[in-house]
Amino acid sequence: MKKLISDLRVTENVALHDRYVLLKAAPADGTPLPEMLPGQFAELRVDGSPTTFLRRPISINYVDRAANEVWFLIQLVGDGTRQLATLRQGDTLNVVYPLGNGFSLPSGDERLLLVGGGVGTAPLLYLGSMLHEKEYAPHFLLGARSAGDVLQAEAFRRFGTVDITTEDGSAGERGYVTQHSLLQKEHFDRIYTCGPKPMMVAVARYARANGIACEVSLENTMACGVGACLCCVENTRDGHVCVCKEGPVFNIEKLLWQI
Amino acid sequence: MADLRVNIGRLSLKNPVMTASGTFGYGVEFADFIDLSRLGGIIVKGTTLKAREGNPYPRMAETPSGMLNAVGLQNKGVDYFVEHIYPEIKDIDTHIIVNVSGASLDDYAETARRLSPLEKIPAIELNISCPNVKEGGMAFGTSCRSAASVVKAVRAVYGGTLIVKLSPNVTDIAEIARAVEAEGADAVSLINTLLGMAVDAERRRPVLFTVTGGLSGACVKPVALRMVWQVFHAVKIPIVGLGGIMNATDAVEFLLAGARAVEIGTANFIDPQVSVKVIDGIAAYLDRQGCRSVEEIIGGLQV
Repeated sequence: MKKLISDLRVTENVALHDRYVLLKAAPADGTPLPEMLPGQFAELRVDGSPTTFLRRPISINYVDRAANEVWFLIQLVGDGTRQLATLRQGDTLNVVYPLGNGFSLPSGDERLLLVGGGVGTAPLLYLGSMLHEKEYAPHFLLGARSAGDVLQAEAFRRFGTVDITTEDGSAGERGYVTQHSLLQKEHFDRIYTCGPKPMMVAVARYARANGIACEVSLENTMACGVGACLCCVENTRDGHVCVCKEGPVFNIEKLLWQI
Repeated sequence: MADLRVNIGRLSLKNPVMTASGTFGYGVEFADFIDLSRLGGIIVKGTTLKAREGNPYPRMAETPSGMLNAVGLQNKGVDYFVEHIYPEIKDIDTHIIVNVSGASLDDYAETARRLSPLEKIPAIELNISCPNVKEGGMAFGTSCRSAASVVKAVRAVYGGTLIVKLSPNVTDIAEIARAVEAEGADAVSLINTLLGMAVDAERRRPVLFTVTGGLSGACVKPVALRMVWQVFHAVKIPIVGLGGIMNATDAVEFLLAGARAVEIGTANFIDPQVSVKVIDGIAAYLDRQGCRSVEEIIGGLQV
């Protein structure tokens, strides 16, 4: 899949919560968006932040083909993401995309569970939309600290069933995603997960214990995004590999996690 | 349009812009973004005799106008390069130069020897300046005697163009440059990264697994320019300048300070097309200044 460097035009900046924004953007020259797979990401250039030097890797949250828009869900963590959050309609957003490998899509009649934590739910919306398009009925399990951190729940409901856990019990069941009663009641054939590492490790442990195929999407501090600088490595059965190029999606069988 | 061709010893470059080792993979990673054949050269990832897994994660820390890396020469070894990577890149219509590192004199010499039969590798860049490996690397580049000994060992077995990449982590880079020139280096390239570190105050821990790492990016340019200028006045062999070049103006500054060619490194991470923009920008500068050839500005700083 050919990688592009491209100027996008911000079409909308939606404040989801005081710590998250949803940036919607379309190619500035009106050309159709490239093909992108769920799980792939973009490197967003940050203009106007003196302390920010590198691009920020942000996953593809959703692709709205009808509007020719790509969505990026951004958690305000440091100066770079805070600067991105100041972008307004009409501003230019330079991106390098699509990068990395996406999730493997199921084949045949599989029951699918998509588990996201915090801003890690971002790539699961696009994945869910793609699965829905292929006539699967994905089940989403979204974890957050509290009700205000549950992101895009309504958007997820368009593509499947949504269950929620919050650590403080302010929405859905109280606790962590792996404690949700759903996991005791239903059987799944395949799990996709993205979120904080401890959550993904717990999900991967559940998947392995129950013989369920599982893919995780890893986060890492990146520089180049294309496998050139070797900064963002994960230790795997094949040694150190770049998360940006060999991932960010990995089958748990390839990782050396203690699960 | 001005003539952009320059020579580094016997090596003729179509223009003075190369990509720096460790920032451009093997070139193919950037093939979607630029026409690789436009480059003066591609200096591929640091290669060692045996495969290296590199340092544990975290290996990178962003800093104001730059970044620290502590990759630690992760590569699959010279034999893997020769058998698997070389066939994939040898037909790129530019010079492919291999950056060579080692933990001992024998490592350096043997790696260079195994690269020497490769028809499309006309030069190597000897890395005596990597700050991210425990043994060898920078240790060789920080004294005149050890720097000279590596160059001597490699020169004895390697007939191609030998570029020696110098460390800025020294008191007097000019004397190191003179020492490697005396042992038959065809050129020097400078600077490699500056040793630095980053601290996570909340966690009270270093950001990098290795605690220290190599600083690169726009922030190092003034140091690199100063060192190129000093070395230009110390040696007769050509200088390849690098360190914080983000655009064509930066590149021209290095040429004026005495560099005969330049390498674009960390800037590739922010703009994967920057290398060709620098080539075009140098050409535009020369036209604007009424120069017929890039040769006219090399070392042309008026002091």
